[in-house]
Amino acid sequence: MIRHYKPFVPYLFLIPAGIVLLVFFFIPFFESFLLSFQSYRHNIYSPEWVGLANYVELFSSPVFYKTMINTFIYLVVAVPVLVVLPLIIAIFVNQKLRGVSIYRTLIYIPVIVSIVVAGIAWKWLYASNGILNYIISLLNLPAIGWLTDPNVALYSVIVVTVWKGIGYYMVIYMAALTAVPRDLYEAADIDGANEVHKHIAVTIPYLKPTIALVSIISSISAMKVFVEIYVMTNGGPMNASKTIVYYIYQRAFENLELGYASAAGVVLLIIVMILSIINMKFFEGDKTAQIV
Amino acid sequence: MKLRKALSHIFLIFISIISIGPFIWLLSTAIKSPDENIFQYPPNFIPESPTLINFIDVWNKVPFDAYIINSFIVAIFTIILNLVLSALAAYPLARMNFKGKNFIFYAILATIMIPFQVIMIPVYLMVLRLGMVDSVSNIAGFAGLILPFAVNAFGIFLMRQAFLGIPKELEEAAVIDGCNTFDIWWRIFIPLTKPALATLAIFTFVGAWSEFLWPSIVLTKQEMYTLPVGLTHLQGVFSANWRYIAAGAIMSIIPILALFLALQRYFISGTTQGAVKG
Repeated sequence: MIRHYKPFVPYLFLIPAGIVLLVFFFIPFFESFLLSFQSYRHNIYSPEWVGLANYVELFSSPVFYKTMINTFIYLVVAVPVLVVLPLIIAIFVNQKLRGVSIYRTLIYIPVIVSIVVAGIAWKWLYASNGILNYIISLLNLPAIGWLTDPNVALYSVIVVTVWKGIGYYMVIYMAALTAVPRDLYEAADIDGANEVHKHIAVTIPYLKPTIALVSIISSISAMKVFVEIYVMTNGGPMNASKTIVYYIYQRAFENLELGYASAAGVVLLIIVMILSIINMKFFEGDKTAQIV
Repeated sequence: MKLRKALSHIFLIFISIISIGPFIWLLSTAIKSPDENIFQYPPNFIPESPTLINFIDVWNKVPFDAYIINSFIVAIFTIILNLVLSALAAYPLARMNFKGKNFIFYAILATIMIPFQVIMIPVYLMVLRLGMVDSVSNIAGFAGLILPFAVNAFGIFLMRQAFLGIPKELEEAAVIDGCNTFDIWWRIFIPLTKPALATLAIFTFVGAWSEFLWPSIVLTKQEMYTLPVGLTHLQGVFSANWRYIAAGAIMSIIPILALFLALQRYFISGTTQGAVKG
């Protein structure tokens, strides 16, 4: 290869993106740690240094624990569904079937629509005299306070997150399915395997890296849920559906406790890091790394 | 075999109904006239006398046109910046050797691991310090809305991947013809990677159009609201009037839905390439 550029030229190409990432990513990233040791409570313009006080307060706050538990529930309920259900749907839409592209299109629509609109649509379904309670009444069951019952609200919101994610993960699985060699299925046919066994024996082992990818992406996005909660429940009733990002948002931008909220942000960061590492270790990191 | 196909159809029809049912019900509510009981049991999917009055009312009662224009401004500038900055940064990463290349590569990769929610507080302080807020001026407000999302690792890696696929011979021929480095980028690499640029543009559009968290943090003036922020505002103002809320929500999804139906295959291919985005 002929070297057609002067040594400084590569940096010229990198400078514009570099400035944006430096100013709006790297500096804030390091600052987020510093902020967590400061308090903005007395004066929003001149924070004072408080050492570990924010962390001490954080870990003695019952609401913080509540949000951590809620986020954990989000994770253990939403992630398994988002790993399994889209795979099943992907296998179905991967067949030769009349009108299959229409199904794909319809199932993908929730992905492209803003989560604010999705939250509004579902809030309407969940209304106390709404359509879901009508269906419930057909079964002769008492109406459910989908978003107003503290025992139910969190799960109602999880349903929306899952519903909005299905099409996205389905498409990721679809791409991976096209790479599974046909002759493996034919070999399974000869062995007399039925449909379900075929997929357990062939598809799942072959898709392991994709399953790993989906579980990483979906668990990290479960840690970040915010908008659907903001739109549908405001974290209520009685913090029943409040997650960690909602807590950070509220403390930072409604109460202007920027230092305290930053401490919660650092905790979130550590959890996200641990999750990525566990996920990669669990599914043999080398294969995952190849996909990413 | 026939039974299997029939069962597949039943399953997929069921999933499809669940996928779009909530929007159909929203649309049905939005076109119901004020005289019709929207809470009646059993629910009525086909309105007795369909009307556009709710759309007109929403349009007149809140500055919905401003929300739409603001959303377009934000989306268009975010797209332009992402295309230009990603394509610029991707070129040396794909095709040049220089000191610190590995370090820069991994620094960009690291940004994928850190969710925006973790750094949103210091980003907010940064935007305040730089005076990029709508209390200074509308233009400053747009700058604060757009610049933090002007480029990301996903775009840079997408373009780098596309550039890696361009034969080296083309580049060499251009050098012999006397093209400088910028010419090679602009006349060879950019035209040959139009599909990747289109994918990036579409994905940036979808992201910018639906972004709620950041605008809800930085925006203070109603005339600056983007659609998602405007919709939550509308939801607060008309808390009991589901016809209006539904009408506003339906209006806000028309542009993105039209784009999706027109350019579907880019959406699908972009999702698989963008799986790194997290």
